[in-house]
Amino acid sequence: MKRYTIPRLGTKLLLPLILLFALYVQFHGDYGPGGGFQAGVIFGAGFILYALIYGLDNARQLMPPWLLRIGVSLGVLIYAGVGLVGLLLGGNYLDYGVLDHHDPAHGQHLGILLVELGVGITVSAVMVTIFYAFAGRGR
Amino acid sequence: MIAHLPALQVIIPLVSAPLCALLPAGRAVWLAAMAASWLAFLIAVLLLDQVLAHGPISYLMGGWPVPWGIEYRVDVLNAYVLLIVATIGAVVMSFGRIIVERRIRLPESKQSWFYTAYLLCLTGLLGITITGDAFNVFVFLEISSLSSYVLISIGRDRRALTASYQYLIMGTIGATFILIGIGLLYVMTGTLNMADLAARIPAVADTRTVRAAFAFLTIGVSLKLALFPLHLWLPNAYAYAPSVVTALLAATATKVAVYVLLRFFFTIFGAKFSFETMQLDKILLPLALVGIFSASVVAIFQSNVKRMLAYSSVAQIGYMILGISLVSVTGLTAGIVHLFNHALMKGALFMALGCVSFRVGAARLDRMAGVGRVMPWTMGAFVIGGLSLIGVPLTAGFVSKWYLIVGAMEKGWWPVAVLVLVTSLLAVIYIWRVVEVAYFKPVPEGQAVREAPLALLIPTWALALANLYFGLDPSLNAGVARHAAEMLLGVGQ
Repeated sequence: MKRYTIPRLGTKLLLPLILLFALYVQFHGDYGPGGGFQAGVIFGAGFILYALIYGLDNARQLMPPWLLRIGVSLGVLIYAGVGLVGLLLGGNYLDYGVLDHHDPAHGQHLGILLVELGVGITVSAVMVTIFYAFAGRGR
Repeated sequence: MIAHLPALQVIIPLVSAPLCALLPAGRAVWLAAMAASWLAFLIAVLLLDQVLAHGPISYLMGGWPVPWGIEYRVDVLNAYVLLIVATIGAVVMSFGRIIVERRIRLPESKQSWFYTAYLLCLTGLLGITITGDAFNVFVFLEISSLSSYVLISIGRDRRALTASYQYLIMGTIGATFILIGIGLLYVMTGTLNMADLAARIPAVADTRTVRAAFAFLTIGVSLKLALFPLHLWLPNAYAYAPSVVTALLAATATKVAVYVLLRFFFTIFGAKFSFETMQLDKILLPLALVGIFSASVVAIFQSNVKRMLAYSSVAQIGYMILGISLVSVTGLTAGIVHLFNHALMKGALFMALGCVSFRVGAARLDRMAGVGRVMPWTMGAFVIGGLSLIGVPLTAGFVSKWYLIVGAMEKGWWPVAVLVLVTSLLAVIYIWRVVEVAYFKPVPEGQAVREAPLALLIPTWALALANLYFGLDPSLNAGVARHAAEMLLGVGQ
């Protein structure tokens, strides 16, 4: 891909926008279409595009496998952890209302934001992990 | 915390799974997984105790009221199944460390992932059992299935990969059918809560949609529980999976699928719709009988002992379905108590085989010559498990067979009772083949085989002794099963 200037330059131009759009979908998920799954896929797709154009080795430097391993687990832990915090604060498991004891609606808001963040992290890490696993075969 | 036990039952293994992925391979990750699975066992014991003392427990996820939110509902039946799954999960995990370190096709850097997959599988199985929400059943079913495909594929034999792929295809078809069934029910009733579904289905029962949903669910769940003739994925999957995984799956996964069947037939659709309108017993009974007979005969001709026991599992599932298709309190008790007893016997047998293949290298009959003399404790546990499988008095297996035969005779179905006895004799034949080779053939020259290490023997013997204990004192297994059967049929309450 070294000699193909247009895809390389196009990727450079598009990549920040893709990642930014992923964050928009992630954090605007409360108000519009979107959420952790979609955002995670878009975010992961950004890295996959980078790996396709600039090669697997560069991508592995940018997003090393040990970080992915943490990311895959971390998202689930954030999700389940938010649920457990609700449980410790006196509500049922995954009851976000108790996260803010002045205003339950605000607590619900915070809870779903964190949970979706967890989903986003895990989904994007899993996307890139699967890509690495396929692209790394036979090496 | 007591009030949150139903949630913790699933959350503890669920949270421990990603934690295990972060820990380095070795003793620490095993200890973490051990702590999680024994905690799950403790919670299951407490839940059953509470349910027996105070009646069903309902837990609202996120505090959302029924029927909008997801409800976890524990009654006698699923508290009993939870106990089975959690017990096996914990005992097999205790057995697992040495096997994972030495007998699995995984580089050391990836061994932590084994525990993650194991705990996720446990999470899925416990979740299917505890939830009171039909869609949640599907979600947990996928969690347990996906992780069990992974677990099967890491067997040493490369055929484990094709076995796992075969199971993946069949399991996915099954899960899709279940999803279609649940979707059709949702279309007709607008609800996914099981109790709410049960209340709303009678009004729309006489429609093609509900009948189609019933058919999809029956076939989907039958695929997952490997009811004859949908059992073809099972023998290879059990034969080529690592022995830890086989012990876990054989003792829990099909049991949970049988539980799902009971839940859908009796709680959601109701016995009247399932067995009078749809006349399902007329389909289940012959399939169960043919399954028991043919799988037992096929088991006799296997040279791989693991595969032999896998076919025997298909036959044992037939006994459970036979009990259910009697649609009487005694018959259902037989089916439900066999969930428990079969978990004990197959757990003990597969773990004993795990010990054998750990020392001998493979669980093939020709490699097992004389192992009874060099590995007396291992084969002792195998014999106890085998006797229980046959249904010899004073073992747990006898209790299930007894209820099954009494149930058949109550209905006046003499041929069925006779067939149960005849197929028990077939079990004598295939267990005897192993015993004969292991005890009466000379040890081959130059084979240095020692007794299995204690870390493997203790969990194996724990289950073997449980087979004897629950044969002598069936008040826990049969007593609770009868309670659950009465609840499902709505009598004697």
